Amino acid sequence: MNSPPLRLYTFAAPSRFYQLAGWLVPWFWAATVLLAAAGLYIGFFVAPTDATQGDSYRIIFIHVPAAWMSMLLYLVMAFWAGIGWAFNARLASMVARAIAPTGAMFTFLALWTGAIWGKPTWGTWWVWDARLTSELILLFLYLGYIALVNAIDDVRRADQAGALLALVGSVNVPIIYFSVKWWNTLHQGATVSMTAAPKMASTMLTAMLIMTFACWAYAFAAVFTRTRAIVIEREAHSGWVAELTRGRMHP
Amino acid sequence: MNWGSALAFFEMGGYGLYVWGSYGVVALLMLAEPWLVHRRLRRALQEAARRDSGNEAES
Amino acid sequence: MRDLFLAVLLRDLKLASRRRIESLLPVVFFIVALSLFPLGVGPEAQMLRDIAPGIVWVCALLASMLSVGSLFAGDLADGSLEQLLLAPQPAIAVAAAKSTAHWLLTGLPLIVATPLVGLLFGMSGPALLALVAGLLLGTPILSLLGALGAALTLGLRSGGMLLILIVLPLTMPALIFGAGAVGQVEAGLDAGGHFSLLGALLLATALGAPPATAAALRISTE
Repeated sequence: MNSPPLRLYTFAAPSRFYQLAGWLVPWFWAATVLLAAAGLYIGFFVAPTDATQGDSYRIIFIHVPAAWMSMLLYLVMAFWAGIGWAFNARLASMVARAIAPTGAMFTFLALWTGAIWGKPTWGTWWVWDARLTSELILLFLYLGYIALVNAIDDVRRADQAGALLALVGSVNVPIIYFSVKWWNTLHQGATVSMTAAPKMASTMLTAMLIMTFACWAYAFAAVFTRTRAIVIEREAHSGWVAELTRGRMHP
Repeated sequence: MNWGSALAFFEMGGYGLYVWGSYGVVALLMLAEPWLVHRRLRRALQEAARRDSGNEAES
Repeated sequence: MRDLFLAVLLRDLKLASRRRIESLLPVVFFIVALSLFPLGVGPEAQMLRDIAPGIVWVCALLASMLSVGSLFAGDLADGSLEQLLLAPQPAIAVAAAKSTAHWLLTGLPLIVATPLVGLLFGMSGPALLALVAGLLLGTPILSLLGALGAALTLGLRSGGMLLILIVLPLTMPALIFGAGAVGQVEAGLDAGGHFSLLGALLLATALGAPPATAAALRISTE
């Protein structure tokens, strides 16, 4: 008997995803560690000290990647939630749910590092600058999504409601950013913003890019593992999970 | 190389508290999250195994 | 579709007219909440005048969010919501009608109460006018987004707080432009840009929110 050709959507089955992800995750963790080591090395040992900000600017090597990841992950989350809703694809909805906590974490990190960076640079622990404020609102959007899907007991309703909320939120993200930017430039309280970063030496840029890839690999590893956990939690009743756990208990 | 000594590295030109305060929390969260998420997976598998053996005992 | 819209709208208004005290609660909350601020921050006139546009908008937001939670609850309880959704006309009509009813019963009274509040905070005439104009454009946005939140959180235990959490971020642009318009007028500058943006927001929300709310209703009742 010939086995059927492997089609891409075969991995849309939770069981297949579970196995594929299980194989990939260790590689993602390894990539995270290597890329982070390289990025931080360049960031701390090769990139020069900044003329105006001294060494405090080195926070940028985690602040900017975290901010980028927070925005990107929200859109990816909304995308997969939407796919799950449109095509009734359970796995897509599970992936969306798995992304949310990691996305929220990156948002928090962006805010935390942004605030700490602000202190030595502009003297206050928080500035209502356009990007930080938008980032704060993004955190609320994440928390809202997580709260909503966790508040609904019916899994299918929770997935669909979450998808709708995430999609509405992603439409709002550019609107929110634009309005906050407008508000910020008008009030001109803080005359500096995060865009007034040190003029980028190429080594600084390189370090930042490598750190971004490190965060990417991290996100893949964390999200895939969480998805695997969700798959097991939801499919616990099914045959393949029973076989899996039996295999684990009696190898 | 930027740093004359290990001490200079930790002091970060006077900004040590800020830089390490940032990266410290980053490290904390980016170690806690993987640990928590792998623990969640383990627990899910244990729960599934328990449920399965419970069913077997019933039948 | 207009028939369904009007039927739902008039029904809601009639029901509200039978419970007049209940219908006034949002406005009462609005005024009470606003009165807390001078007690909290002190009676210094200039400061109150400065923060007035912002806190009026925030209290309007909160009053809207608190009253919108029960938008569909009554209909869900007595089964009429399911009947409405079974109608051949699109559910968008139901969503739009409910949002309009909410605005007429909460938003409009808030706008009427605003001049009184403005006097309490010592706002100047032009500033007050800008505030009312902004609320005129903004409160419908709040009702439209609130209806979406109410549909998503239909029947949930933690509904009220959850609704506020998920809707508040979406309303922030309206808050920014609405309160900002008053600030512009107080500074003697032209607020046309703010009002245009607020109008554009209203248009976009009026087009986008009812379909989303209709989808949310289907999700929540299936």
